[in-house]
Amino acid sequence: MSSHEAWIREPLVLGDKSYHDISNDIARPIEGKANKQWWIVFTISLIAMLWGVGCILYTIGVGIGTWGLNKTVGWAWDITNFVWWVGIGHAGTLISAVLLLFRQKWRMAINRSAEAMTIFAVVCAALFPGIHMGRIWMAYWVLPLPNQFGSLWVNFNSPLLWDVFAISTYFSVSLVFWYIGLIPDFATIRDRAAKAVKPISHAVYSIMSFGWSGNARAWHRFEEISLVLAGLATPLVLSVHTIVSMDFATSVIPGWHTTIFPPYFVAGAIFSGFAMVQTLMLVMRKVVSLEEYITINHIELMNKVIMLTGSIVGVAYITELFMSWYSGVEYEQYAFLNRASGPYWWAYWAMMSCNVISPQVFWSKKLRRNITFTFILSIIVNIGMWFERFVIIVTSLHRDYLPSSWIMFYPSWVDIGIFVGTLGIFFTLFLLYARTFPVLPIAEVKSILKSTGSQYKK
Amino acid sequence: MSTKEIHGLFGDEEILLASAKKLVAKGVNIKDVFSPFPIHGIDPVIGVPPTRLHIAGFIYGLCGMSLALFMFWFTLILDWPMNIGGKPNFSLLENLPAFIPVTFEMTVFCAAHGMAVTYFIRNTIYPGKKSWNPDLRTTDDKFLIQIDLGENSVSGEEIEAILKETGAEEITQK
Repeated sequence: MSSHEAWIREPLVLGDKSYHDISNDIARPIEGKANKQWWIVFTISLIAMLWGVGCILYTIGVGIGTWGLNKTVGWAWDITNFVWWVGIGHAGTLISAVLLLFRQKWRMAINRSAEAMTIFAVVCAALFPGIHMGRIWMAYWVLPLPNQFGSLWVNFNSPLLWDVFAISTYFSVSLVFWYIGLIPDFATIRDRAAKAVKPISHAVYSIMSFGWSGNARAWHRFEEISLVLAGLATPLVLSVHTIVSMDFATSVIPGWHTTIFPPYFVAGAIFSGFAMVQTLMLVMRKVVSLEEYITINHIELMNKVIMLTGSIVGVAYITELFMSWYSGVEYEQYAFLNRASGPYWWAYWAMMSCNVISPQVFWSKKLRRNITFTFILSIIVNIGMWFERFVIIVTSLHRDYLPSSWIMFYPSWVDIGIFVGTLGIFFTLFLLYARTFPVLPIAEVKSILKSTGSQYKK
Repeated sequence: MSTKEIHGLFGDEEILLASAKKLVAKGVNIKDVFSPFPIHGIDPVIGVPPTRLHIAGFIYGLCGMSLALFMFWFTLILDWPMNIGGKPNFSLLENLPAFIPVTFEMTVFCAAHGMAVTYFIRNTIYPGKKSWNPDLRTTDDKFLIQIDLGENSVSGEEIEAILKETGAEEITQK
């Protein structure tokens, strides 16, 4: 059988699959029972999540004085974690929207799970500004509602309010985009679950599939809305991290007040997001045996994106250093000197080695295609990107304009607990997703089978 | 169902496409085609008009943008102007640069959600709706041509003969 695609491109679906095999392989984890490893990881995640919920309730009950913040460092782990989680979310939208516009077929194997990751990461991110408000029951004050407390409206000049709009738009649009793609696959699972044998499954997936029937008109509109939503999500994803970076860039704090922040943050977001996708996919393909769909080729392609965005981040770090010297502003110069050689030097050099030096090893094809090495590096990149946000935020704040205000920041057990808790929330949601949702887009993988399936490439 | 229907089931989308072309050439009116993924090239053959969803999306986007601009003008210019960092609080136009991010977000928000709602309405799908694909296998690996005999002048036997000749795996009359 011949393929419609150049033979030089590696096949994206291995193992000579038929359409029916694809349905079987992807539906297997949903229809089968969870194995022991799943229960172990799920239990650990659930405990971490409950611990985090406990810390959040303690924060809400007692106040944010329970955190390690002080008068000088008024923002620390909360905003670090917020930016880190939002950044992780960006890879999902990049894979599903930007790669769709570029017609990259390899996105099909990873887009569903990457989008799920986006949604769970944004949930974790949105938590932090919410609880940092202190009085979370006043959260609706961020909305422009007519009110009786002084006829005050929200301030649309403020980047913090831009964030409210950006994050809520990003979350809700990503959710809708993801769900529209899921509907046909839920229909596949619904029709596989015979009403007589599995009445509950059938009823649940009937509701979730919205009665999708796969008629020609519906598919025609499906393709149109996927394309237009991708077109909308592409500038959206760039705008979200741009706006997050403006939380810092529009201030007058040395080390924050730089015009390079928007592109630098967006590149960093994609960098960390792809690293998290690698971490999750490498485990998932093994656990639910989808190695024939998420192939070494996919892993290598993602590693190339990690290398590219890691290099952009590296260039941004060095440009920042150069500009602080070139600006001639002594406060700027001190801020960067202090980052590299001050009391937080270890955080700065952790960031530099994890984000700038380590991804450069991916110039080697052998390492790009090595699964164990990729897994380790993806974790290193995630640690590095967390340190990047920590370095930007805490080292810029802890040396205030008045030397009498100079201080160190130390996280309290509540800070650590909430961060661990968000990791728990993220993995709990992801594990539940992996057992109940089709982790690969069934319909889309079928649609690329004839152009990239291994049996059509022989 | 009062009128009779013929269902031709196929194992491959390319065979179905060739068959549909032949049926249409013989003057058969195809009611619908059901498939597990979009079949490229089927829409003009069976007469699916191009969707206007993107036009609707553009209009929703314009609405979102207008709503955002009206909101800034009403809240911060007309109702309660505040001096924020010396920015021009008396004019929407002069203060526009600070309003661009939210304008953009509102445009995308309304365009995306408006389109999604329109998509569900036009496809008549919603939670609780019963699926109407005639064969359950069409969401897995089979492709189906649905022909309504009441809307056709060509006889059932003739249609069945064409379906069989062009490679249909199963032909059923209901």
